[in-house]
Amino acid sequence: MSFLMVLRIAFKALARNKMRTALTMLGMIIGVAAVITMVALGTGAQSSIETQIQSAGTNMIMVSAGNFMSGGVRMGQGNASTLTPEDADAVREVPGVQYLAPGVSTRGQVVAGNMNWGTQVQGTDVDLPLIRSWPTTHGSFFTPIDVVTASKVAVLGSVTHEQLFGADVDPVGQVIRINNQPFTVSGVMASKGQSGMGQDQDDVVYVPYTTVMKKLRGITYIQNITVSAASAADTAGTADRIATLLRTRHQIQDGNDDFMVRTMEEMASVRLQATETMTALLASIAGVSLLVGGIGIMNIMLVSVTERTREIGLRLAIGAKSRDVLMQFLIEAVVLSVVGGSIGIALGLGMSRGVTAWMTWPTKVSPEAVAVAFVFAAVTGVFFGFYPAKKAAALDPIDALRFE
Amino acid sequence: MAAATSAVADAAAVADAPAGRPLVISTRELTKTFVVGDHRVRALRGINLDIAPGEFVSVTGASGSGKSTFMHIIGCLDRPTSGQYFLDGQDVARMSKNELADVRNRKIGFVFQGFNLLSRTTAIDNVEMPMLYGGSTMKTAERHRRATDMLTAVGLGDRLTHYPNQLSGGQQQRVAIARALINNPSILLADEPTGNLDSRTSVEVMGLFQRLNRERRITVLLITHEHDIAEYGTRTVAFRDGKVVSDRAISTPRSADDELANLPDVMEAV
Repeated sequence: MSFLMVLRIAFKALARNKMRTALTMLGMIIGVAAVITMVALGTGAQSSIETQIQSAGTNMIMVSAGNFMSGGVRMGQGNASTLTPEDADAVREVPGVQYLAPGVSTRGQVVAGNMNWGTQVQGTDVDLPLIRSWPTTHGSFFTPIDVVTASKVAVLGSVTHEQLFGADVDPVGQVIRINNQPFTVSGVMASKGQSGMGQDQDDVVYVPYTTVMKKLRGITYIQNITVSAASAADTAGTADRIATLLRTRHQIQDGNDDFMVRTMEEMASVRLQATETMTALLASIAGVSLLVGGIGIMNIMLVSVTERTREIGLRLAIGAKSRDVLMQFLIEAVVLSVVGGSIGIALGLGMSRGVTAWMTWPTKVSPEAVAVAFVFAAVTGVFFGFYPAKKAAALDPIDALRFE
Repeated sequence: MAAATSAVADAAAVADAPAGRPLVISTRELTKTFVVGDHRVRALRGINLDIAPGEFVSVTGASGSGKSTFMHIIGCLDRPTSGQYFLDGQDVARMSKNELADVRNRKIGFVFQGFNLLSRTTAIDNVEMPMLYGGSTMKTAERHRRATDMLTAVGLGDRLTHYPNQLSGGQQQRVAIARALINNPSILLADEPTGNLDSRTSVEVMGLFQRLNRERRITVLLITHEHDIAEYGTRTVAFRDGKVVSDRAISTPRSADDELANLPDVMEAV
């Protein structure tokens, strides 16, 4: 019997019981649609993180001072006093470095008029807006002269701006007090939202790093250097060269670096991994519903075999071989799962779009997930259809014909 | 091929049939024993039966006489415990399951008491079904034409696309007969074909059998427990306790056509 013929018989048999066929398929449809939607959500989350990294700059390199140890007490990353402005100047000469901003920060109470706000006071350099591709909404960033002269100018993050002045007020030229020292506001940064690490990047005040060192903290070292590499492809190489340079400058031979060089990609990969885990979790939960759909098919096929025992007996009597009966029921199960799977794919694509449209969650349907879900649906059909089909094929024609 | 030839030779050696007339069915010392728990039930105890082409043989017997077991073996649905069974000169008693399926498909046409039509399947699709299992590469149009011809031959040319539940019992049985004949079998095996029919329809169906037997020379083996139905055949074989107890020719069989003409006209079922 030709395969086409078997397929036609299967379709006819399924068409004879439309309601049951539809309900059985529903299990498969929901399973496949769930897998596709869940994977689309996970993939969407991943790609949105990737976009964040892109916007932060894949070519960003963070150099931070190592941990400060005093009599066995380890103070944690960034507290060693070994990283200096001179190191930063030397790093600027490393091949592949495009922009560079030394960083040193402190917490400060900021007062404007009768309002005050506790926030992070970040000392940085004029390259920061270039490294982060970060424009101002009011005024402008401070100038190289401000850095050289350690002048008391401040650029507000949008949250700090809102807290001190209100979002509608232009604060440029106003005087605020940071830890009781007067600073002139030169600009306000655009809102940037959460960083890739989940911090609010707008709750901040930027001042020249020299000002933090000399006027606010009275120190001669810096805490970190933010670097952007000239080419994204050469980021890792540039990071390596910076590390080598700093080891030479700090005379480190035993590998106990007193600093740390990390690229943005390294930092982001941790979050990507977390998202991947979440995707796998969601997909496996959806996979369970696919499994349940498969069991539904097996259940219905078993019922169908019992119900159609006389039909099987008749087919055997008029010359069907066991193999023919096996194929008939197996193909029926596979048609159920494959047609259900196809509808499920369509539904999954629709649901993914719906989630993006109504809940504004990013989704991304991956062709791999669609292919895997479809193949899994077909395999489920074969796997769960085999036992009932085997049972049908093993029937004795005499018993089957007599079956009431 | 060699096996088939030797089977024919065996048949000739064993079957003491009149020369020049190959038998359709020939059994030699056919036995069948079922083991039920600790008991051995001897359903058939040595059946010797020869049926020539064109015969209309009625097999009668009470339930438990072994006639059903006999029919299952003749129909290649079951294999005998011992003995030989030649169908068209071919020893089918030792064939594999798949070979038996092919024999059922090509050489045997079944008609059942309960019709056994596929529900929600048109008459023509029911009739076409045996052609699907023949392993032949017949075109759909050719299958369709043959099924149409066969349904017309049994008087249902105008009911091709009717579903079984739209047909009367007699019409359903005629669809089943058309299905049984579609592959030109050597023998039409009818198991209580009138068991579910009223008496007038029974006569109609018997008339169809007689006509097919007379006009197309189709060999009919009819299993029945009703003696008056058996009288339509040209020969009747009685079974009791797994043995043939009588085997006689009927010199003047009942004629269904004549009886129908004399029956009072009742409303034809739709």
